[in-house]
Amino acid sequence: MTVNWPRRVVILSTLLAVASCGGNYNWGWYVVLPSSKQGATNIQFLLGGLWTTISLSLLAIAISVLIGLLVALPGLSINAGWRRFNRVYVELFRAIPILVMLLWVYYGLPVVMNIKLDVFAAGVIALALCDSAFEAEIFRGGIQSIARGQSEAADSLGLSYWDKMRYVVLPQAVRRILPPLGNQFVYMLKMSSLVSVIGLSELTRRANELVVNQYRPLEIYTFLVLEYLVLIMIVSQGVRWLERRMQADERTGR
Amino acid sequence: MKDCPPVARRDVPDEVNQHAIETAMNQVNPAGGAGPIIVLEGVTKRFGDFSALKQVDLTVGLGERVVVCGPSGSGKSTLIRCVNQLERHDEGRIVVDDIELNDDLKNITSVRREVGMVFQQFNLFPHLTVLQNLTLAPMRARKMPKSEAEEIARRYLERVHIPEQAEKYPAQLSGGQQQRVAIARSLCMQPKIMLFDEPTSALDPEMIKEVLDVMIELAEEGMTMVCVTHEMGFAKKVADKMVFMDQGEIVEVGTPTAFFSSPENERTKQFLSQILAH
Repeated sequence: MTVNWPRRVVILSTLLAVASCGGNYNWGWYVVLPSSKQGATNIQFLLGGLWTTISLSLLAIAISVLIGLLVALPGLSINAGWRRFNRVYVELFRAIPILVMLLWVYYGLPVVMNIKLDVFAAGVIALALCDSAFEAEIFRGGIQSIARGQSEAADSLGLSYWDKMRYVVLPQAVRRILPPLGNQFVYMLKMSSLVSVIGLSELTRRANELVVNQYRPLEIYTFLVLEYLVLIMIVSQGVRWLERRMQADERTGR
Repeated sequence: MKDCPPVARRDVPDEVNQHAIETAMNQVNPAGGAGPIIVLEGVTKRFGDFSALKQVDLTVGLGERVVVCGPSGSGKSTLIRCVNQLERHDEGRIVVDDIELNDDLKNITSVRREVGMVFQQFNLFPHLTVLQNLTLAPMRARKMPKSEAEEIARRYLERVHIPEQAEKYPAQLSGGQQQRVAIARSLCMQPKIMLFDEPTSALDPEMIKEVLDVMIELAEEGMTMVCVTHEMGFAKKVADKMVFMDQGEIVEVGTPTAFFSSPENERTKQFLSQILAH
């Protein structure tokens, strides 16, 4: 099963272009076509945000997975105090809108705690914190779905708590939570566009800036949509590849 | 509490010591020789309002084979699950291999390393091969080097008669084979005591014998065993002591001969007549 991704993208963008030809709007695709010198410069400018968007999302997801795991484990403890910590964290951070969190971290922290962060760090922290509550719930669900007997077998062999998690429970849980994890990654990639409001020069911010001096918002935002589309398709493929690999690893019937 | 034998046994040299493995594997406990290795005194376990165990007293000597039977819900499983603290008891005292099981988590972990357990549902790790299932605990909990752990694992697989299945995954094996792997996995930790929680109840009839055969061999080698089972033929063959439980209490304890031929308690008689009826 080989999918010709470049071809799919071309087809999709053609469809988008055709669909947008209706109505009376006078399209000016030249702003984002490499045929003119200006167009080529514009494309270069827009694509210049790619690396920022990718590294921002990757860092944020890595941190949020880590925090999510560390918050999920107390949620499964027999100790009521630990479980309460998990509940409070999840309820609190799940309730804060990403944009609000972003503004709070970037403009609030310097005032309240005298911590001045650059835009990139503020973006990573805000995205990671907001997402970590969701990751925590995904992990908690995944770990709970592993039969109790697995944990009891590990306990009865005298494995420590961390060895039990590391070698018995988490490897099995990760297989099950891969689809929702992939979902969160896609979500994170899209939400990274919000960091544009505090001025980080990622994909969306660059598109906004270009619109201001080219006066071609529809064409430029359509191009932006395609940029995210390509990124997200790559992520989806990656997740599917991982899922297949892990299934092949197990080679079991169940 | 002293903790001598396990410490001494963990002191294995880094290179594979043929002789040490040989000795450890053929270690024979003198039946009934030394003092008790498991002591339960007034053990009570509650699940909410329900008392699963009520003031249970039981001692098991080194090398002794104890078979626990009784109707379902009588507390048999809870009893042996308290011995390795998969269930924490609410009242009473449990001492295993001179280690008192209290709130000290270190004690619980060291007891678990000396006590193997075989479950009704096997509970093999499905994402690991048979060999990895066997070597995980020795390598992580005993810090044994991989080569040594694998060598021991392969020998135990041979002892449970499935050396050729080492590289397979649990789901590729039959139920009987899986349960034998589970027994071998526990033995790889070289435990002093083996607990069996209805090891044949989830098996197809034609696979029960192969598992019981392995358990009988183990008993003949002098392993201290506590088995919850309804296999009365097995019990007659290997048990030194029969324990009958009902409603969270130990109702009757006796030698198999006395237990089967002349049970004293009414409830024991009734139970035996039901399970030996056909």
